[in-house]
Amino acid sequence: MNASSHSRAFAGWGLLRRYARLYGALWRNSVVREMGFKTNFVLWIFVEMLWFALQIAFIAVIYQHTDRIATWSKWQVVMLIGASHFIQQVFTAVFLLNCSNLSELVRTGRLDFLLLLPINTRFLVSFRQVDLGAFVNAASAVAVMIYAARQLDLEPGIVQVLAFLALCVAGVLIHYFLMFLLATICFWTVRAQGIVWGYYNLFTVARLPDGAFRPGVFKTVFTLALPMLLVSNVPVKLLVGMLESPLEIALLLGMACVCFVISEAGWRASVRQYTSAGS
Amino acid sequence: MNKYWHVVGVGIQNTLVYRVNFLFRACFALIPLMATIYLWRAIFASNADSPQIAGYSLATMTSYYLLATIVDALTAVAEDDWQIAADIKDGRISQFLLKPIDYLAYRLCLFGAGRIIYAAVAALPATLFIVVQRSHFLLPSDGLTLVLFLASTVLTALLQFLMSYTIALLAFWVLEVSTFIFILFAFEYIAGGHLFPLDILPSALANALSYTPFPYQLYFPVSIYLGRIAGDELWRGLLIQSFWVATLFGLARFAWHRGIRRYAAVGG
Repeated sequence: MNASSHSRAFAGWGLLRRYARLYGALWRNSVVREMGFKTNFVLWIFVEMLWFALQIAFIAVIYQHTDRIATWSKWQVVMLIGASHFIQQVFTAVFLLNCSNLSELVRTGRLDFLLLLPINTRFLVSFRQVDLGAFVNAASAVAVMIYAARQLDLEPGIVQVLAFLALCVAGVLIHYFLMFLLATICFWTVRAQGIVWGYYNLFTVARLPDGAFRPGVFKTVFTLALPMLLVSNVPVKLLVGMLESPLEIALLLGMACVCFVISEAGWRASVRQYTSAGS
Repeated sequence: MNKYWHVVGVGIQNTLVYRVNFLFRACFALIPLMATIYLWRAIFASNADSPQIAGYSLATMTSYYLLATIVDALTAVAEDDWQIAADIKDGRISQFLLKPIDYLAYRLCLFGAGRIIYAAVAALPATLFIVVQRSHFLLPSDGLTLVLFLASTVLTALLQFLMSYTIALLAFWVLEVSTFIFILFAFEYIAGGHLFPLDILPSALANALSYTPFPYQLYFPVSIYLGRIAGDELWRGLLIQSFWVATLFGLARFAWHRGIRRYAAVGG
């Protein structure tokens, strides 16, 4: 028994290394692709920074006319905007292109080739491309967060920062699980691109302080169905010490698990009824 | 003239294919709207001792965002700029150089057709939403205000279209215009009044913005409706808005003529 569990662990380790090597190859591919269009690469970073600046400008204007939104002060909200931008950009870097390209793979029938490869198809579909510019934008979000932390006189310890990052990862994964689920709709109706871009509207909700929403349908939907009010609020509240109870963290992690289960079920059901096209 | 009516007809048929997509988009667009309205409610609740913030009551502020959404549905350029850029890049505009049809007029007809269908589809969720929010929704003070609001909305649509058209013509000179489209969009978004009414800005900044065409792309018609711009200021504003439409029309014509000279009909 001891020997068999030992060999199973060994096999698991080998599998992990294989997928890590594969992901490395996909990364190199993306770098080569991006460097083919250098001006474009820089211009896109500029566009994203412009939009980020817009959101901060919005908050700056609002706080000209009020001292607080519910319990949130100005720099706490700036921190929130920074964190949600960070989460959104990491999500964009790793997953966004892949989610929005899924409908194209289905429409052209190129998914056939990916299904045939001896690799987990969801892994390949989800990680095919990396958007490197988004990492630069994520860095700009970190800069804003550090500035906001200075303004708030925060000096978080290493444990707090690590916990914050772990919760951010949970947030990124929630975005991924949900958008991937939306993208699988393309197996049923081919024109799903619009649906994927519709998800962009949800990011707006993730940027807002949860305290602004009184209990009601809106708050319930965006906490327990599409947990937008958790993904960036919970990590920031942990960082600035606004958490009302550790239950909020448990809720975020719990919702991440729920989203994973539903997303995986949706993907499996979709692939099962895939009937190729064009080839 | 007849041929352009035909283009409108074709445009309507083409966009009807996307009606479900439009419905989805209109519904999704209500989410940020709701979020913004709730945000302002929380701000008004946090300042319960003052019923007005920067000259806005809660009802006026809510109406501002609702109207901005309606004007946006009626006037915003959706895919037209991408399609124009693609027409140029793929050499599809060659056929327009041979036919007795004006490309700008042709695109304007398609834009009009697209807006009519989108507005018709979006009317359903928008009306439902306004019914829910009716206690915060203000009606215009009199008939003339409504007429001027509608006139200004038409000018806004023309302005939106001409600006996007001109930017899309950059495709004659550069390969990728999408970044330029997004940069323009960002300016329209903040300086046009999508994010917040422009008169809550510090007055120097609001004043500086009034020398750009952006406020006339959304903020101006909405302010007419709400009665925040009236009298001489209103008529002067309409004049300036018409001036911007004329200027951009000239610019669009100019860009087209210069562009055509560079055009190489790739693959066409």
